[in-house]
Amino acid sequence: MSHSSMWDSISGIIQRDLLLAMRRWSDAAMSVFFLVIVVSLFPLGVGPEPAVLRTIAPGVLWVAALLTCLLSLSRVFTPDYLDGVLEQMVLVPQPLSLLVLGKVLAHWVISGLPVVLLSPLLGLQFGLDGEALGVLVLSLLLGTPTLSMIGAIGAALVLGVRGSGLLVALLVLPLYVPVLIFGAGAVTSSMAGIGGEANLSLLGACLVLSLFLAPWATAAALRVALE
Amino acid sequence: MQWGSASEFFAMGGYGLYVWTSFLATALCMVWEVLALWRRRAAARAEQRAAMLGGTDETAA
Amino acid sequence: MIWSKYSAPQAFYPLAGRLIPWFAAVAIILMVVGLYMGFFVAPTDFQQGESYRIIFVHVPAAWMSMFLYVVMAIWAGVGMGLNARLSFMMAQAIAPTGAMFTFLALLTGAMWGKPTWGAWWVWDARLTSELILLFQYAGVMLLRTSIDDLRRADRSSAVFALVGVVNVPIIYYSVQWWNTLHQGASVSMATGSKMAATMLMAMLIMTIAFWMYSIAVILARVRCVMVERESLPTWDDKPAVIHEAVEAR
Repeated sequence: MSHSSMWDSISGIIQRDLLLAMRRWSDAAMSVFFLVIVVSLFPLGVGPEPAVLRTIAPGVLWVAALLTCLLSLSRVFTPDYLDGVLEQMVLVPQPLSLLVLGKVLAHWVISGLPVVLLSPLLGLQFGLDGEALGVLVLSLLLGTPTLSMIGAIGAALVLGVRGSGLLVALLVLPLYVPVLIFGAGAVTSSMAGIGGEANLSLLGACLVLSLFLAPWATAAALRVALE
Repeated sequence: MQWGSASEFFAMGGYGLYVWTSFLATALCMVWEVLALWRRRAAARAEQRAAMLGGTDETAA
Repeated sequence: MIWSKYSAPQAFYPLAGRLIPWFAAVAIILMVVGLYMGFFVAPTDFQQGESYRIIFVHVPAAWMSMFLYVVMAIWAGVGMGLNARLSFMMAQAIAPTGAMFTFLALLTGAMWGKPTWGAWWVWDARLTSELILLFQYAGVMLLRTSIDDLRRADRSSAVFALVGVVNVPIIYYSVQWWNTLHQGASVSMATGSKMAATMLMAMLIMTIAFWMYSIAVILARVRCVMVERESLPTWDDKPAVIHEAVEAR
């Protein structure tokens, strides 16, 4: 397959999924509200001590990003599974992993990108300052696509399985741990004055690795689910 | 041999609680696993037997 | 190839049945020898006193937890590649034993950490990644039980097992990559061992004993799985049952 037709099939899927998401914009809005509410619960639970809030900020924001991604995972494949589009996708000549990549990127635009864009505001609530805020945004920008990539594997595995909501959390959250550690670690080390570069490059490595492996594993899981 | 007496052996230089809990837990897990497998095997066989004798004699299981 | 003969469950079932007593016997003998060496031959550690003796179960359990995961993933991969039922059954049979050793590694690690570090649990890289390994075993088993269709259950849990295998090198190298509280590898190919020869010997004997135990238990479990799954007669070892069945007809 030529280069351009590969890109065409990916961008076609992305455009379609984004269009569908725009028609049901309330779904995406719910993720954003969920994120804001979860993050706001912590100052209320832990207390408004600024020093404490600054210390827990990277972890809280990253865990909230993880949960937001997790909650939106059922939207990656389930609608297409229910109306039969997914079965068509398995049959088309384009490699399934490419179509999966397109769907995952669309999922990231819908549920990951809002988290990245909103994070400086949430960081300010926790008293993060200039450089740490920048590292937070950068870490989320590198990390949230990885979350979508890994999450798609889980979403494909539990497609149509009873109790899939809890099961997908159980499967996916352990695999999220490295991303959480590196992401929150980048912000923490930049706040400590060490600089977040080491953790950011590890996040980048995770992203590259997941870009190569996850669509392939997701496609295998989808084939198993649909046969 | 570094143990002067049995009580010295069981005390493990003051670490007896930790050492013996570890070894006991390991032993219990292994024994439990073997027993569970034993029961699983018996259950699987009984079910199979019932299936083979099914229809003619339900009480054989 | 002789192996292809045993890849059919009907042939593997009696073979496994014959092998189990041998592996079990070797496991018991080695455990007795290993425990004797560990408690009566190996000297007291000059730094950690007697508490170090926990490593005679801790290190073998931790090694087996990682090793069994890799073996499970290999069987899962073979199952996916060759579409072999027996491979999926082996993967299914390995998971509970692997999970048990992961749990034991964490538990005995806590028993060792309390007197040595003063805490039952610390959030360092090796402990955390071992905990994740436990969750992965749980995920593999729960995914299987949640799916009713056997064929999909086999394959889905195989895909998840294969994805999770990336964690194993992270656990193994975590003590080298991150400067953590957990002590470095006790045995290293490059630098040789830092331990007394008898300590090392006892640990290796216990590891082989746990390995043989695992094989015996896994073979026993895969036989159960075969009986539960295939509606075939118990292939070898109860001809009486079959006679009974025939006569009842």
